[in-house]
Amino acid sequence: MLGVEAIGQGAIDGGISGVYAYPGTPSTEITEYIQNNEVAITRNIHRLWSVNEKTAFEAALGMSYAGKRSLVCMKHVGLNVAADPFMNACVTGVNGGLVLAVADDPSMHSSQNEQDSRFYGKFGMVPVLEPSNQQEAYDMAYDGLELSEQLKVPVVLRITTRLAHSRSGVASRPLKEEKPLGIPENPKQFLLLPAYARKYYQDLLGKQHKMLSHSEVSAWNRYQDGQDKSLGIIACGIAWNYLMEHFGEGNLPHPVVKICQYPLPVDMLKKLEEECGELLVMEEGYPLVEEQLTDFFGKGKKISGRLNGVLPRAGELNPDHVAKALGLKVYTGPAVPPVVANRPPALCQGCGHQDVYFALNAAISVYGDGRVFSDIGCYTLGALQPYDSIDTCVDMGASITMAKGASDAGLIPAFAVIGDSTFTHSGITGLLDCVVEKTNINIIILDNEAVAMTGGQDSSAAGKIEDICAGIGVAPEHIRLVVPLKKNHEEMVKTIREEIAFPGVSVIIARRPCIQKIAREKKSNR
Amino acid sequence: MKTDLILAGVGGQGILSIAAIVGAAAIEKGLYLKQSETHGMSQRGGAVVSHLRIADRPIASDLIPQGGADVILSVEPMESLRYLPFLSEKGWVVTNSTMFNNIPDYPEFELIEKEIRKLPHSVLLDADAIARKLGHPRGSNMVMLGAASPFLRLSKEEIIGGIEMIFRRKGPDVIKANINAFEAGLEISGRLPEGK
Repeated sequence: MLGVEAIGQGAIDGGISGVYAYPGTPSTEITEYIQNNEVAITRNIHRLWSVNEKTAFEAALGMSYAGKRSLVCMKHVGLNVAADPFMNACVTGVNGGLVLAVADDPSMHSSQNEQDSRFYGKFGMVPVLEPSNQQEAYDMAYDGLELSEQLKVPVVLRITTRLAHSRSGVASRPLKEEKPLGIPENPKQFLLLPAYARKYYQDLLGKQHKMLSHSEVSAWNRYQDGQDKSLGIIACGIAWNYLMEHFGEGNLPHPVVKICQYPLPVDMLKKLEEECGELLVMEEGYPLVEEQLTDFFGKGKKISGRLNGVLPRAGELNPDHVAKALGLKVYTGPAVPPVVANRPPALCQGCGHQDVYFALNAAISVYGDGRVFSDIGCYTLGALQPYDSIDTCVDMGASITMAKGASDAGLIPAFAVIGDSTFTHSGITGLLDCVVEKTNINIIILDNEAVAMTGGQDSSAAGKIEDICAGIGVAPEHIRLVVPLKKNHEEMVKTIREEIAFPGVSVIIARRPCIQKIAREKKSNR
Repeated sequence: MKTDLILAGVGGQGILSIAAIVGAAAIEKGLYLKQSETHGMSQRGGAVVSHLRIADRPIASDLIPQGGADVILSVEPMESLRYLPFLSEKGWVVTNSTMFNNIPDYPEFELIEKEIRKLPHSVLLDADAIARKLGHPRGSNMVMLGAASPFLRLSKEEIIGGIEMIFRRKGPDVIKANINAFEAGLEISGRLPEGK
């Protein structure tokens, strides 16, 4: 199974009563796997999508409060959205076991940055588990729930794209019973009034040595000896596999410490530092370990890695980077001939977003460039030719709020282009800001009735967008509905122009189902 | 025994169905398997690649190192060239000649063909035409699998077993049509002169 599917199976077998998540590559398939799993269905484990990562995390924490085990899943940038409950849950601690599975995307295959979620674990001062293979992904979900209950804190399970989307055989372990319902022993455990919070923070600090001793004896961390002590290697997570690819287990000439559980195991690293001439740190993501081990003034032992260029500073690792860092000579096949053109992703043929962008381009060309604030989804591909329609894509929901700020600054007309699911994820609050201030803004909601980019999951917005907009206070006559089809081009242009003329909050809903979703449904009904 | 296979194509062309069959055959044979896939944004008509590794001993890396691939199997001609640095010295490029042209600067086929012909070990075939001729136009991926099959270190019977497993739910007619397409592809490679 895929690395992410292994997490789903591990959590089911580990006795979760619920998974909470918002789709996001490369984390989506954890929840999809659980949604389709027979045991999860029989047990009726909670497995519906949440509106966003914050609501997902809080619901998972609520399930933990009630004594049951829960899993919450998201992509790395989703944890920014859920950072508030995450950081505070580290202080409250948990009742039922809680594992946060967060999938990072180094090299930004499908993301707007490559932030490293291990920093959140360090920030929250809780254990981070980082699998090197699919079996460990399974075991870490299974045992992570147990660890969470032992230490009474949330446990972070961090995976990266490559392992998330790579398949291998996984051996499963006995299915555990779900936990019985039971509120926390201390009824005030989740009450972060300052007086309590100060105490719980002290408790969290007091647990640090326990977390460290777990890391020291963890089966996922280990010291492997080697004859040639001129170099000691620290290989974190999937970097271990890339290292073993070149040597095979047991044939590496240098001592190596494999790190798959944090906080860093001090004793193992001390031993390596004492025995070896130099150190080389291999980690997937930011140089978190390397920075921790590197002496600020450069007087200590030489430590190589991403910071001094022995490994690339950005992007995911691969076996070739690792070979180069170790000075291994490897054969490389022929170079890519120059005739090979880039083939970036594109909007599907027949996608309604295309029709909206052509209409928008026609309607606003007279105002010049730089007025269309957009968001995260398939429609971000509207930045590319032949549309060249949007100017920004920053974070979920930022289209509406950035357009508002630009409008406040005098950039009028200002446009926000946002998908239906992104709108309910993080657009509604920004729309309320606009309504309260009667901002001169034109918002286009691209409603394809799905979370399309991640595979067409059901959108929380389905059938609710007009009511949400009206309920927030957008004037009903400025909530306009268009059907994005080529034949409706003129009508769409006219509608957009009419709303530009209105100096307040306008919402144009362009509604046509995602063609991929329709195709998938046809296929599964056959 | 070890086979490292790179599967290349364009998002939506279904390279993972080929991977699933090879994977099923390998697991049935008791081999180890690692298979890395492209999910997410690139599935929208972008270049996609899957690294499929099978071996009779545990496999470390999910990615094939450069210069390590025994076969690059591409269902689209230009995509067959994108991963050449991964090809081993004795590796084969097996590619469909039917172009998937969804970009403005797609090169002339002759330029692509010239590059493919430069390689010491290549098979270029029109899998779409072969599949159409067999009355199974959606079977072009099975034709491609057939053409690549002599280089996978799995027997014909083992791969056909994989086809049967993956298409089991679709019934005997679909299985038969796909096996026919597979055999048509195998025949193309079977006719190749040694070493070419």
